[in-house]
Amino acid sequence: MMRFMLLFSRQGKLRLQKWYTATAERDKKKMVRELMQVVLARKPKMCSFLEWRDLKIIYKRYASLYFCCAVEEQDNELITLEIIHRFVELLDKYFGSVCELDIIFNFEKAYFILDEFLMGGEIQDTSKKSVLKAIEQADLLQEEDESPRSVLEEMGLA
Amino acid sequence: MPAVSKGDGMRGLAVFISDIRNCKSKEAEIKRINKELANIRSKFKGDKALDGYSKKKYVCKLLFIFLLGHDIDFGHMEAVNLLSSNKYTEKQIGYLFISVLVNSNSELIRLINNAIKNDLASRNPTFMCLALHCIANVGSREMAEAFAGEIPRILVAGDTMDSVKQSAALCLLRLYKTSPDLVLMGEWTSRVVHLLNDQHMGVVTAAISLITCLSQKNPDEFKTCVSLAVSRLSRIVSSASTDLQDYTYYFVPAPWLSCKLLRLLQCYPPPEDGAVKGRLVECLETILNKAQEPPKSKKVQHSNAKNAILFEAISLIIHYDSEPNLLVRACNQLGQFLQHRETNLRYLALESMCTLASSEFSHEAVKTHIETVINALKTERDVSVRQRAADLLYAMCDRSNAKQIVAEMLSYLENADYSIREEMVLKVAILAEKYAVDYSWYVDTILNLIRIAGDYVSEEVWYRVIQIVINRDDVQGYAAKTVFEALQAPACHENMVKVGGYILGEFGNLIAGDPRSSPLIQFNLLHSKFHLCSVPTRALLLSAYIKFINLFPETKPTIQEVLRSDSQIRNSDVELQQRAVEYLKLSSIASTDVLATVLEEMPPFPERESSILAKLKKKKGPGAVSVSELEDGKREGGELNGGGERGSDPSAIAASNASTPSPSADLLGLRSAAPIGSAAPSAGSLLVDVFSEAGPAAPSSGANDDNFLSSAPSSSSLGSEDPAPPLPESDELLNKFVCKNNGVLFENQLLQIGIKSEYRQNLGRMYLFYGNKTSVQFTKPVEPLVEGGAQVQQVINIECLTDFSEAPLLNIKFRYGGALQNITLKLPVTINKFFQPTEMASQDFFQRWKQLSLPQQEAQKIFKANNAMDTEVLKAKLLGLGSALLENVDPNPENFVCAGVIQTKAQQVGCLLRLEPNAQAQMYRLTLRSSKDSVSKRLCELLAEQF
Repeated sequence: MMRFMLLFSRQGKLRLQKWYTATAERDKKKMVRELMQVVLARKPKMCSFLEWRDLKIIYKRYASLYFCCAVEEQDNELITLEIIHRFVELLDKYFGSVCELDIIFNFEKAYFILDEFLMGGEIQDTSKKSVLKAIEQADLLQEEDESPRSVLEEMGLA
Repeated sequence: MPAVSKGDGMRGLAVFISDIRNCKSKEAEIKRINKELANIRSKFKGDKALDGYSKKKYVCKLLFIFLLGHDIDFGHMEAVNLLSSNKYTEKQIGYLFISVLVNSNSELIRLINNAIKNDLASRNPTFMCLALHCIANVGSREMAEAFAGEIPRILVAGDTMDSVKQSAALCLLRLYKTSPDLVLMGEWTSRVVHLLNDQHMGVVTAAISLITCLSQKNPDEFKTCVSLAVSRLSRIVSSASTDLQDYTYYFVPAPWLSCKLLRLLQCYPPPEDGAVKGRLVECLETILNKAQEPPKSKKVQHSNAKNAILFEAISLIIHYDSEPNLLVRACNQLGQFLQHRETNLRYLALESMCTLASSEFSHEAVKTHIETVINALKTERDVSVRQRAADLLYAMCDRSNAKQIVAEMLSYLENADYSIREEMVLKVAILAEKYAVDYSWYVDTILNLIRIAGDYVSEEVWYRVIQIVINRDDVQGYAAKTVFEALQAPACHENMVKVGGYILGEFGNLIAGDPRSSPLIQFNLLHSKFHLCSVPTRALLLSAYIKFINLFPETKPTIQEVLRSDSQIRNSDVELQQRAVEYLKLSSIASTDVLATVLEEMPPFPERESSILAKLKKKKGPGAVSVSELEDGKREGGELNGGGERGSDPSAIAASNASTPSPSADLLGLRSAAPIGSAAPSAGSLLVDVFSEAGPAAPSSGANDDNFLSSAPSSSSLGSEDPAPPLPESDELLNKFVCKNNGVLFENQLLQIGIKSEYRQNLGRMYLFYGNKTSVQFTKPVEPLVEGGAQVQQVINIECLTDFSEAPLLNIKFRYGGALQNITLKLPVTINKFFQPTEMASQDFFQRWKQLSLPQQEAQKIFKANNAMDTEVLKAKLLGLGSALLENVDPNPENFVCAGVIQTKAQQVGCLLRLEPNAQAQMYRLTLRSSKDSVSKRLCELLAEQF
């Protein structure tokens, strides 16, 4: 099973983190720092897998963002690499040629998409259609929910 | 369809995120965040009730701040409120906040669980999925307690929507992983297996992770999944690339599901049913065939997905290890990948081949790729790939290619990455020993190792070369010559000095005939290194010097002068000073004969597993190196392993047959551990003789306690008299100590033996106090004498290696007024001393009790009470036993239940105990259940004597 997934920028800014096992905040920060250092130091043509502590790290860079997964000993590296790719495709389809900014400003959406795709560190559904359908349904519900609001209201002045 | 246009109302959030991004410095960012936190706090505390939208927005801001790495200590309540909103997005944000920021605040968990319960019952699939996601994300014990019963029902209910089923399967998996005891198997389990047949591929994909995990833990209950998995796999493998529509990924049909199916099959042995097996072999062949077909797409995603399945299929083939044809095909396929232009594939091929190398069917096929692998070690630009290549070389090494592989690894070591040097050194050392045909090659290899990577050569490695040289007299002369030459180098590693010092000190005489390596030249060479070395090495050299005085009397004046110099005899290091003083004295007053006896050549080491192998195992974690490895090597290599170790390293035992008064007379003196089982009496031994293994007088001790005491104190065998058989009352004496650790073990008119002991996990320490009750001395053959009225103390360190039922024996011999006293007792060490108490709730107890339901796991006795049935006394005894006494577990308050884990080095044995007193009949019924039958039986025997 996947233990965690991290998205971070080339500058070492963490953009998304998803942990599939209970981990203390302090340990999380330490692991993120350590792992970012390892991955960012690697050269472009190097292989996408490495051993780190007792985990296998699988990472891939898309434009300015690194997608980095930690899986267990018996997990399949190549299929994990394609989990990353499928997640990128999902983001791309949803946001329309996704970029780092989309994930920064809509981090909650990125989480929702990831949750529809992976759950408890395992694949829930691999079909792009099914995953996005779930998200779009939610968006429809959102539209129904929300009546238009005036700018004043938005600023808390009304 | 950018989401920003879709009803995204949280403009305030976007503004805040932009502000943060515009901050020029960390300080500015913190300032902006603090301002926002103050604002949100005041909103939450304000008099005006917030509407759902504002709450959602602020909670979302808090979440953002938290994800930036700042602590958030409020807002939880507002998030929980959002859970009960009937607006989807508010609920969704609430759940997200809880998932990311949950803490174990029990009050809050109750509220959260309440909201989840409502959503699960809502029959609204989107709400149900949100709730299931939250449970899976948090996965806490409280949640498991609340929902572990409900989720299986949702999973197998006929009217559950597919999407909810998927979430329920993975949610259940998470709970099973975190609290397996709370997820009870039941009628739903068989229906879960049949989800493998579900029409909806998404449901199968989600369910198979759950099924795999359950199968690993309960293989028998789930074994029907094998045939279902095979037929599902077969359908996927044979489908056209478009059949599965959205589940086809870059022209590969259902790659994720295929991998999962192949992984599930690895939980089981090959199918017994011929038809199923035939179908599976067909699938595996098809997968191997497809690898040879031209790709349907140039995209890397296509080849990755295809190869992911291929590697998983190869793993299954290796797991079965029974189809030579498939194994060889797999090996050839991996051989192609070794030269692939994709680094990822080269890496995986090397990794996968490592496991193939250990199969007898494919070992030879793997070996044909040796040149490619060596080339990879030399030319790969990525260290993680080189590491894999080194691992594979190690795995494919055997007698036919050992010289080549060791040479390549040595030359790689010269510029290997620091991160893998130590491991490489260990591997070279092991291979050199395992496949040594002639020992001069072995010695050369290890010395080269020290020369090239001295800093990474651990103690185990150089201890080992010394052990082997000492045990093999055909290599001693060569070793002396080689170290002498190696020491000529102007800068040589300190480890080389250690090996050189030791070997020349023992065998320098073998090369002294050559005028180029005369005794004085040897000494001067060693001494030229002395001042550059650390204290332990200098201490070793001093011992080598005194050995020189014995070997070559002509060096005596020179060496005495060195020892006498202020820098030695007044050295600020107490160990060095003591050695200098003692050796100087020894060399001046002892006669040649005494000197020759004291400084005699080291006796051979007993055969033992290589300590290097043990170290590599430790480094790689259990299971990384198979235990039989070294033995395999021995078998192949015939009689070649002369090495072994006694104690933990040669330094600890060096002077075992020297009756020198100096405590540092051992050659290296690095450790103070006493010799074990040495033949001659050693100084400082006490009154007793502790037989660490069953002596001739104790034939009853079975295999169980052969190696029970792994470390005994220095022993002295006193004369030729056999130890007496154990006293008739020794069992009774032993029973007194089952529930207590301190007290008087034995007493007669002459002698009293008191015991104090303490235990932790599988280790224990016992102090024995021998009191002389008479007014006269106990005399020889005992050293020291025990004066009348005096007491001497002895310490025994105990390690429990595996469970046992016979206690070790304690044999005591001494003379009292000329008559030899010979007493054998049982040392009060019983299996329960290694209990670790385990607290558990009633439910857990009975669940585990049920799990241990095999007849041999239980031992029961019904017996009459020997003492008054006083509850408090019983409690005290049960506590003394070492396990946890559990209150409020047994529905009958008269009964006692206990739980604990017996810690042995080999394994941990969980034990449950139930004692049911019957006051009317003055009887007890005692029931023990444990995962090991011998433990249940022994504990039951021991305890039945206590009440």
